[in-house]
This record gives sequence, structure tokens and C-alpha cells, in this order.
Amino acid sequence: MARQYSREHEWLDVEGDTALVGITEFAQEQLGDIVFIDLPEVGAEFDKGDDIAVVESVKAASDVYAPLTGEVIEINDLLADEPATVNASAEADGWFFKMSISDKSELDELMTADEYKTFIESES
Amino acid sequence: MGAERHFRKWCNAFILLEQRLNTMSVTKQTALFSLHQELGGKMVPFAGYDMPVQYPLGIMKEHLHTRAAAGLFDVSHMGQVELSGDKVEQKLEALLPADVQALKPGRIKYSFFTTEDGGVIDDLMITKDGEGKLFLVINAGCKEGDLAHMRKHLQDVEIVEHNDQGLIALQGPQASAVLSRFAPAAETQGFMSCIFADIDGVNCRVSRSGYSGEDGYEISIPNSDIDRISRLLLAETEVEAIGLGARDSLRLESGLCLYGHELDTETTPVEADIIWAIPKSRRATGGFPGAERILSEITDGPKRICVGIKPEGRAPMREGTALFSGDEQVGTITSGGFGPSAGHPVAMAIIRTDLKEIGTALEAEVRGKRLPCKVADLPFVKQNYYRKPK
Repeated sequence: MARQYSREHEWLDVEGDTALVGITEFAQEQLGDIVFIDLPEVGAEFDKGDDIAVVESVKAASDVYAPLTGEVIEINDLLADEPATVNASAEADGWFFKMSISDKSELDELMTADEYKTFIESES
Repeated sequence: MGAERHFRKWCNAFILLEQRLNTMSVTKQTALFSLHQELGGKMVPFAGYDMPVQYPLGIMKEHLHTRAAAGLFDVSHMGQVELSGDKVEQKLEALLPADVQALKPGRIKYSFFTTEDGGVIDDLMITKDGEGKLFLVINAGCKEGDLAHMRKHLQDVEIVEHNDQGLIALQGPQASAVLSRFAPAAETQGFMSCIFADIDGVNCRVSRSGYSGEDGYEISIPNSDIDRISRLLLAETEVEAIGLGARDSLRLESGLCLYGHELDTETTPVEADIIWAIPKSRRATGGFPGAERILSEITDGPKRICVGIKPEGRAPMREGTALFSGDEQVGTITSGGFGPSAGHPVAMAIIRTDLKEIGTALEAEVRGKRLPCKVADLPFVKQNYYRKPK
């Protein structure tokens, strides 16, 4: 399935009942140099819109919201020691976590790559 | 959880801590505004001004570049005030604990206006230009208050705010080599001294001072010439434009207090641990607002004190984070972030004085979790000020 995007500047690769999630290249640029990422624990459950992770840049902390309702089933351990991976590779090596999808209807609100591009142009 | 709210949060990520200083509804621009835009500066409101928080280089590289070579900062938002009048030195001493009367022409002292309760109204730099003539640099967010305070208390003193002048800081180990190409006298002028020098045909006030922990200068330039002179300096290979983000991480690593964070009207200079700026003469005579409390705290020790905090892990501990010893809250982080040169998170905090020993283990409550940290020696990175060769 093609990559999808949330209005909260996350990308999602949906595969069956799971989604791999990270923040977009655009979000990475807005945040600047990332020095720490507080990831959720495996097994933790979230509702769509909950605070699920925190990204710390040199200057400030920014919340990341759960793009879907579900349970975290895997996190990217690389980010604990190498948070700057997200600056270098936000949409590949810098993925944040994999989560199960409780409510597939939430996927309808996600955007395609083209829609997301238009979205960030209209926002900035 | 609205998308707009979230988007704003991301975009304003750098300025959340400073927003309370931004009391004006319409932001002003400095004379370097178009230069910032041309350089790709990310502009944010700060203390009523539209200022660059960073350029495309990014805070991390801007910080490291300043420590390795030289960085140019626009600090025109700060207030530049000339005081003149008979016995102005003596009169100013009634508002702050510096030995202004002993200040020699061309020398600069750091000081702070104090409240009757011993708190700090603002910290500032005082330059003696000549007999009965002083030049002050005050914080942007405190300008109006400071001016009103001085107008109220300084009788028969002419107070002129220089909105016609901008201020740039050139900081870093190469700053002297760069500036002396334009103004040769800058090379050997002493730390905390001020000279007037010709830069590209313009008479500029050149102070060997700054707030990065590095050698460097603060240069006051007429608004009409500041863009051109800034471009001349930026054209030198050693110099990069540096935003407010790196200015903050540089001063924090260097253990320098920032008004609104370590300093406010509720915190005494003894608690902020800046009594090095209160000379013996003023400790003996007092005669400044809040002297009674401040002098007794110097003798007996304050109840709480400003210290460095080194988080044990990689998570930064931000301003407002509560610090615990066991179950008891014993202090609060006043500034916190990542130290690019230190290579780890760094913070400053005000804590109970009995816990100030370096190495004392404390816990910080970050997002509901208790994380270990230790009281640390300040500065985190060795200060690198100029010393005149003997």
C-alpha cells in the first residue's frame, strides 16, 4: 500500500492490521537538530490524538500524537542512541514505531503524498 | 486535538519558553530584518521583535561554528541607553550594586537593577564613556520598565534611548582576527573595555564583551550603516550568521544567567549566584535597593541557589521541570536544553542551598517519570575570554 500522511505531519506505511509510523521530512525540517526522542513502550495502547512520543530539539520539546487508535508493537531502538537519524532519514531509517490498527475507518482521514504536499503548502 | 493547534505547536517549538516575554501585540523589526530574510533566517517573535531563531545552518552547527570560528548575532532588540549629567555615576549607584564611581573611562561592568526586596529588575552592562557620561545595554523585554525606573529615580540625568543604533555581536575565537582587519585597535583592546573605532568609514562603539562564553565584541552601529557593515563581516570566511537559538545554548553551556529564567524580581543576586558582580566597596556601604536582604544573604547564605544540572541520560530537562531529593521537591530547572559543545543535555536550576555540592544526586520529573541528574560545576564548557598578553 502506498505511504499515507496525517495532518499531524506523520507518515504511515499500512500493512494489513499494522502501520509503521514516523514523522515527515517537512516536520523534521521544522524541528531542526533532534537530540532526544521519547518513544512509547511496546504494549502501550493509545487513542488517536493522544500524546504518543516527544521529539526534543536543541531548544524545545514537541509532542507527537498517535495517528491512529491501537497498540504499539515495535519501536525503533536505533533512535535511543542516534536520534539525529530522524534528521538524516525521517522517512526511512528514522521510523518511530509500529502499531496495530484498532479502527480501520480512521485510515480514511489520512492523505496521499500529493494531498499532503498540497496540505503543507497551504499551511506554510 | 486540532491539526491547527498541533501545527502551531511544531512551528512555534523554538519560542514556547520565550513567549511570556513577548508582551507586545505588534512585533518590531531591527535594521537587519531584510538581511535575516535574505539569509533564510527562521523569524520568530521575541520580546516584541521579529528575530531569527536560526538560519539554514541550524542551531547545532551555528553553536559549534561560534565556538570554533566566529558567529555574527543581531542583538539590536536590546536597549542602548545613554545617561548624562552631573554625578550620574553616584546617582546610578543608588539603583544597583556596582562600583560605578570607580569605573574608569572606556571600561565596562556587568550589574543589575535591584528591587527593594532584593530581587532583580534587569541585568545590564554599564560602560563609562567619560565623566558624567554612561552607556547602558539592557534586555529587550525589560526596556520599558528599566527606562521608567531610571526616569523615576535619576534626578537631573538626561536619559536617551538610542533607537537610531543597532547592535551586533561578533563572538568566537576568530572574532578578533576578523574585526581587526577592519578596526586594527580591536585586536588588543582588553576584555570588558570599550573603544570607538572606524569600520568602513563609520564611527562604531566596539565593546569587547558578549554572552557566548567566547572572546568577542558587541558593536553598536547607526541603523543606516548596520546592514552594510554586517554584510562586510559576514563576507569574511570565518563568519556565519547565528540565531537566537544558538545564542541561548551558548550562554547556557557557559553558565550565564538569562533574565526571565535564572533572574527575576523574585530571585536575589545571591540566589542567582552572581555576587561576584557586587564589589567589596558596595558590600561595605550598601546603599542600593534591597541591600539589607542581599548583604545578609551574602553573610549568612541564601536558602536557595542557582547551580548547574547535568542530566544523567540523554533527555533534556527543560525550564520549569521540578527537581526532587527523595519525595521532596527541592528546586526547579530555570533553563535547560542540549549543549552541542558539551555533547549532552545541560541545565541550570535553583535548588535548596544545602544540596548545592557538586555531584549531589537529584531526580527530575520529566513527563511523569523521575530521571536521574546531578548538580554540576558551571560553566559546562570552559569560558574563553581574551587576556591581554603581558
